[in-house]
Amino acid sequence: MRYLPKSPADRELMLSEIGVHSIDDFFKAIPGEYRLNRDLKVPRQMAESEIIDYFRERSQENAAGYAVFLGAGAYHHYRPVIIDALVQRGEFLTSYTPYQAEISQGTLQAIFEFQTMICELTAMEIANASMYDGSTGAAEAILMAMRITGRHESVIARTVHPEYREVIHTYLHHRDMPMRFVGYREDSGAINLEELERALSDQTACVLIQSPNFFGSVEDVDAIAAMVHRRGALLVVSISEALSLGIVKPPVEADIVSLEAQSFGVPLGFGGPYDGVLAAKEKYVRQMPGRLVGETKDKNGTRGYVLTLSTREQHIRREKATSNICTNQALVALMSTIYMNVYGREGLRDLAKQNLAKANYAATQFGKKGKVLFPKAKRFNEFVVQSKEDPHAINDRLLEKRIIGGLSLRKFYPELGNAALWCCTEMNTRDQIDLAIEAMQA
Amino acid sequence: MIRKVSRHVNQNEGLIFEKSSPGKKAYKLPPLDVPEIDPEKLLGAHAREDLGLMPEVSEIEIIRHFTRLSTWNYAIDLGMYPLGSCTMKYNARVNEFVARLEGLGNAHPYQPEKISQGALRIIKTLQECLCEITGMDTITLQPAAGAHGEFTGILLIRAYHESRGNPRRKIIIPDSAHGTNPATAAICGYEIINLKSNSEGMVDASLLASLVDENVAGMMLTNPSTIGVFEKEIHRIADVLHDKGALLYMDGANMNALVGKTRPGDFGVDVMHLNLHKTFSTPHGGGGPGSGPVACKKIMERFLPTPVLTTRTDGKLGFEYNRPQSIGRVRAFYGNFGMFVRALAYILANGPDGLRQTTEDAVLNANYIRKKLDGIYDLPYKTGSMHEVIFSDRLQTQNGVKTGDIAKRLIDYGFHPYTTSFPLIVPGALMIEPTESESKEELDLFIEAMKSIAREVQDDPQLVVSAPHNTRVARMDETGAARKPILRWKPEQKEQPVVATKPELVETR
Repeated sequence: MRYLPKSPADRELMLSEIGVHSIDDFFKAIPGEYRLNRDLKVPRQMAESEIIDYFRERSQENAAGYAVFLGAGAYHHYRPVIIDALVQRGEFLTSYTPYQAEISQGTLQAIFEFQTMICELTAMEIANASMYDGSTGAAEAILMAMRITGRHESVIARTVHPEYREVIHTYLHHRDMPMRFVGYREDSGAINLEELERALSDQTACVLIQSPNFFGSVEDVDAIAAMVHRRGALLVVSISEALSLGIVKPPVEADIVSLEAQSFGVPLGFGGPYDGVLAAKEKYVRQMPGRLVGETKDKNGTRGYVLTLSTREQHIRREKATSNICTNQALVALMSTIYMNVYGREGLRDLAKQNLAKANYAATQFGKKGKVLFPKAKRFNEFVVQSKEDPHAINDRLLEKRIIGGLSLRKFYPELGNAALWCCTEMNTRDQIDLAIEAMQA
Repeated sequence: MIRKVSRHVNQNEGLIFEKSSPGKKAYKLPPLDVPEIDPEKLLGAHAREDLGLMPEVSEIEIIRHFTRLSTWNYAIDLGMYPLGSCTMKYNARVNEFVARLEGLGNAHPYQPEKISQGALRIIKTLQECLCEITGMDTITLQPAAGAHGEFTGILLIRAYHESRGNPRRKIIIPDSAHGTNPATAAICGYEIINLKSNSEGMVDASLLASLVDENVAGMMLTNPSTIGVFEKEIHRIADVLHDKGALLYMDGANMNALVGKTRPGDFGVDVMHLNLHKTFSTPHGGGGPGSGPVACKKIMERFLPTPVLTTRTDGKLGFEYNRPQSIGRVRAFYGNFGMFVRALAYILANGPDGLRQTTEDAVLNANYIRKKLDGIYDLPYKTGSMHEVIFSDRLQTQNGVKTGDIAKRLIDYGFHPYTTSFPLIVPGALMIEPTESESKEELDLFIEAMKSIAREVQDDPQLVVSAPHNTRVARMDETGAARKPILRWKPEQKEQPVVATKPELVETR
């Protein structure tokens, strides 16, 4: 086996130095009836070239080279090549969690830079080192708000990503932590404020909204925050399209922000790995789940970085920890860190502006031929198109033109009928957009 | 004598923000092919004016910045990384290559199933391999990491009991368990019953029997245990639980000791998680991403998270969402798919013979270290080791040196430390897991280093307690970091010394 660095003679020598006759001596503690005395039924050992052939065949059974108009929590943006060049350095790729600060300063400093950039983007004061993704991050943010407020009810907008809501339900429903759901306005797709007002009570720990929300509508965070804070609850804002922060005002008035940073240099990868991250007001730092990197000095006064405030975490506090999270998404967060450096202060804005322009063009064109829902919405790069036909039928036609059309909303929002969520990023050319609109009508 | 490493020049590097200045760029966008827009007009009051302190740097600066940072990390690619319980094995590069193939790396999770058959086939094949390896009936790949798998597994246990009318109240966890186990049981709403290990560091089946009643939902067991020992009474443990209707959860963190030699499903485990980033070689990446599939017996299949992979009548693969008894989703989309590709590539590279040889080599390596260091370091439990060996610092504390000090000194010798002070049942633990990826030569260097440090503890303990001596930074002020946390860079911060002062460089003129 080519990954194993021992010759048969090495093994014999080691066994004799240990003083045993056979490797099986070490497995004697396993009762005989449970020892596996046959080969595992897994495919035979393959050469590297065969492995590549196997996955190349699989990749060819998947779509490649299609124009993609899907967003909905997973965004198709350009990935600068230096990201993979840098994250494939073995010192980043094959290192463990940076508990030993002396030989982990590279990872630690990179995380500290990530935390800083996330704070700048979200207008929060602190950020952690990452969460699994936007869905689990949102669930953890709600649990964090409950610890802070001592209340157990959450109010959640129906325009939060439906799969995020499902995950939140999994985290909360068995723990006597009731959830209330608030609908959206028909004119803008934004949260219905009257309904929100009615859903709030003195038991409300937090309100979770998404902005831009699942329909692509930007929420009025300031107005929502004011209403939520009047009732002594916290506002948690989930952001699944991180690039929106390049041009949409950050949720300054939020208490906790749960960001999915996949848009920043992370491959679509059929849904993962992505990188969630939580950011918050500094006063809530002791209730933050996950790892935090802090700046300090060493014994010689040299600046350096360490994992800090670990008394919040499971390896110290066990059942009293803020979360059971251990492994996070460090390497993916590094991808995002590099991405944020590549585009930076000007580039994120320029790129976000291109997304805004493309989506605006596409929505305008779609509007000429059909109906774009939520006319009063302020949008970033997503919008909802309603059609006479079932979106699946339209998408089948588009596939023949090598176009992957919008996401049918029937499963998540049956009340919208034949509606689909479309997304346009900098990757969608005008030609693709025109072709999609044309094919849609054929 | 330190043989594995020698000094070399090492670049200093500040924070990226300290290199930023307005107008520097590392990007160029293609020309816009649709009409220009005015963000203020489209977004109104929601338009953002400025991105604050986001950096402005050029491409070469980014490359150098992260390359310089990378050289400050230790890594498996540099040498042995004997962190017990973490299984720091070789991460094959072909895994990285295939995960990035066009069609896999760029697949959108919501693209239609008919153009996702390759990705679905990978999921199915990996599921089948992992069920065969664990001896389980069914599996979900959705959990994003080990602790997330524990969460999923305990919710499956909860759903199982609920379906029988009562979720029960308690989960039993041995005192040798990972911290994630009690943290998980707590977030699943269970009361934790702490089970004291016996004098061999193992589960005392009789003591367990006295604790199990109809209020116990299950037990979370790590096998081999965190002291690297196979629970030889595993069948009794399972029977004791099953007799009262409780279920056995296995933390699969130590599965690298078992693959191809025995199967948890055969020895009575009902549900377990795997860590693809441990046993199946997907890279740790400085702390993640991981992947924590959960395998279980048929009795829990209907409770698995949605969606579940299914084969349609036409033979095509797809996802099934209509699962009324499911615990629900634990993550958006389908899990860390990129890790599935890498783990399957690892399994294909090994085959049945390679997987078994891997386990045998991992166990051989741990026992070789045990043999060579026994007596030099105290072996608190004499029970036979599997893939890792646990010593204690009992002999060294007589000279005022603790496990953490020995660990720091090991850095000077060119090794990443072992896991310190865990498991909690061993005071001053040195938890060493070499994995199969170490050659005899690397193991001998490690053993020599450990022996040399033991001699230093006798002759010059101060040298050890003040280690490391050869790193960029040493003995960080962690107390200060926690007391007044600085969790982000701010421009108003006073200029800090960024230059590493040790070791002093000889300036030639």
